[in-house]
Amino acid sequence: MPTLKELSKREDLLAPGHRACAGCAATIIVRQVLLAAGKDVVVGCATGCLEVVTTIFPYSAWRVPYIHNAFENVASTVSGVEAAYRSLKRQGKISRDMHFIAFGGDGGTYDIGLQALSGAAERGHRMLYVCYDNEAYMNTGIQRSGATPFGAETSTCPAGDVIPGKTQYHKDMTRIMAAHRIPYVAQASPSHWKDLVAKVEKALSKDGPSFLNVISPCHRGWRYPMEKTIEIAKIAVDTCFWPLYEVDEGKWHITYVPKEKLPLSEFTSRQGRFAHFKKHPELLEAAQQEVDRRWRELEALAGISDSPDERQSRE
Amino acid sequence: MGAVKARKLVALTGNDAVAEAMRQVNPDVVAAYPITPQTELMHKFADYVANGLVNTEFVLVESEHSAMSAAVGASAAGARVMTATSANGLALMWEIVYIAASTRCPIVMAVVNRALSAPINIHCDHSDSMGTRDAGWIHLHSENSQEAYDNAVQAVKIAEHRDVLLPVMVCLDGFILSHTLEAVEVLEDETVKQFIGEFRPVHNLLDTDKAMTFGPLDFHDYYFEHKIPQIIAMQNAHKVIDDVAREYAELTGRRYELVEKYKTDDAERIVVALGSTCGTAKVVVDELREQGEKVGLLKIRVFRPFPYNEVREALAHAKAVAVLDRSMSFGAQGGPVLLEVRAALYDNASVPTKGYIYGLGGRNVSPSQIRRAFEEIKEIAKTGRSSDEIGFLGVRE
Repeated sequence: MPTLKELSKREDLLAPGHRACAGCAATIIVRQVLLAAGKDVVVGCATGCLEVVTTIFPYSAWRVPYIHNAFENVASTVSGVEAAYRSLKRQGKISRDMHFIAFGGDGGTYDIGLQALSGAAERGHRMLYVCYDNEAYMNTGIQRSGATPFGAETSTCPAGDVIPGKTQYHKDMTRIMAAHRIPYVAQASPSHWKDLVAKVEKALSKDGPSFLNVISPCHRGWRYPMEKTIEIAKIAVDTCFWPLYEVDEGKWHITYVPKEKLPLSEFTSRQGRFAHFKKHPELLEAAQQEVDRRWRELEALAGISDSPDERQSRE
Repeated sequence: MGAVKARKLVALTGNDAVAEAMRQVNPDVVAAYPITPQTELMHKFADYVANGLVNTEFVLVESEHSAMSAAVGASAAGARVMTATSANGLALMWEIVYIAASTRCPIVMAVVNRALSAPINIHCDHSDSMGTRDAGWIHLHSENSQEAYDNAVQAVKIAEHRDVLLPVMVCLDGFILSHTLEAVEVLEDETVKQFIGEFRPVHNLLDTDKAMTFGPLDFHDYYFEHKIPQIIAMQNAHKVIDDVAREYAELTGRRYELVEKYKTDDAERIVVALGSTCGTAKVVVDELREQGEKVGLLKIRVFRPFPYNEVREALAHAKAVAVLDRSMSFGAQGGPVLLEVRAALYDNASVPTKGYIYGLGGRNVSPSQIRRAFEEIKEIAKTGRSSDEIGFLGVRE
């Protein structure tokens, strides 16, 4: 794992001047991923914010080979790229070692692209798939997705008088990918860059598919001041709304345990999309229960007992 | 034709014939998903892969949408790519069918023509490939297994030609050709290899020293300009298809034109068709000729780019033309072939036409149906006016 100083000397492979909103987490995530990956990489990108803001013809922010095909198919597109590489390498037409990374938002990953991702994972392509999860269809105007958390307001699930925001809990995409039994699956956050970079390095060292789900706060959609992106990401981790963990060759491991698990209200009260929670304390209560339930399950999977006594004695 | 190589005649179905061509082409990547009646083509190719007869990376995707997506990715990465599908499979990949053409990926895809749902059906008509007629692919149609084989080999060279760089569909009629054993003359492996040459991509995604962005966002300020070269490429394809056919004829003695004029030179009444129906139509033409009737068949081999000049020229002297379509363009005057033929004849309004729909969902096309079309168009030959009515051949009244 390189030090921050070493990382700072590496070439930024996503050029500045792209059109992402100030305070966008997605481009921060991409830069962190590419710092770990290096230059011998081919990047694929699903249709979405990241694709739109980085490649407005005749400009491209990508200093590495890049391909965009459509919304739901980045995993299958990169499958094809990786298959071509395998074939050409086997025939001696290409010699260098390369990495293959697919980026998709939560729309392209949890929802419309789930089938393509599942297929690519099952087929075993040597590919790192990175989901930048901003928890809604931000590119098209903040519509709900399978990743939108319970109670959150979006353009398609507004907090109305009758229906107060999203009434369903979000999919546990990371566990869906873990269920594919691929070599490496992890959840990360741009607030914990060291953890993220280490996970990318580990993922790329695997001879097979890997999946990284990265929380990607979006100030436009989540409605918080744009300079707070990393802070919001950090609170997501410290509330255990977004636990940092990995499933390495089937072994579950929580890579960061908050010293003090903050109440979910620390996360929701800072965002306009949960503003109606003030009127509806029962929504916060339900959301908190779900966070706790998922955290307990994760602890159990990681071999940590959910008994507070045992936890205390361990600490 | 002195250079024609020694001939090797084998019994192959249409699916076998295309699979054999694919083995000889030895593509770097094949990404495919099974669908009837394309399945046996892929089974055969899977055998070649499993037995090490090809260098192909065979990507067994989870859907046709992913088949075409992977094909685009592989093609951008500098691989020679082939695939195959039918009907609903082609419909599922629709979005990426357009992207493949617009990204200028010279992918070759066998389309084993089958009727689109609903109702679900597995048999032949042309509703699948015809639906993609505006997608930017070159469409080659095959009368028999020999043509399916010959088209598949030529398709690679056409697609990859620098003046073209467009994907090609090799269409063959489901079951009628795909599952029928015929005598097919195949080339030597080495001959095919020489004929198609090495694939040298213009741009290569795997070139990390020269990082390129494929598939950028293109707004109102550039999108239009990027469509123009695509239009020109399709125009260029017209000549390239003919050049490749000429070169292929030197190897095989089989000279393919964009259209085949079967006894049309002095014909007063001409049937226009494509695919396996042309075989049946030729029999009917021969029979009627024996009875002294001046009839002929115009077979369309290349549907995209549509050979307007060739069609206009071939039909110029006809007194009446029946256009046979194995699919319908709902809400239009008739099927897609009729629309194109009428467009070709626009400046020659003295040739009256009548459109027929036949063979939907695999309904058998009999010689009597084609005889009926020849008989009925005597009427428009008399009036000199095209018929507004669509004729339906072989349907219950």
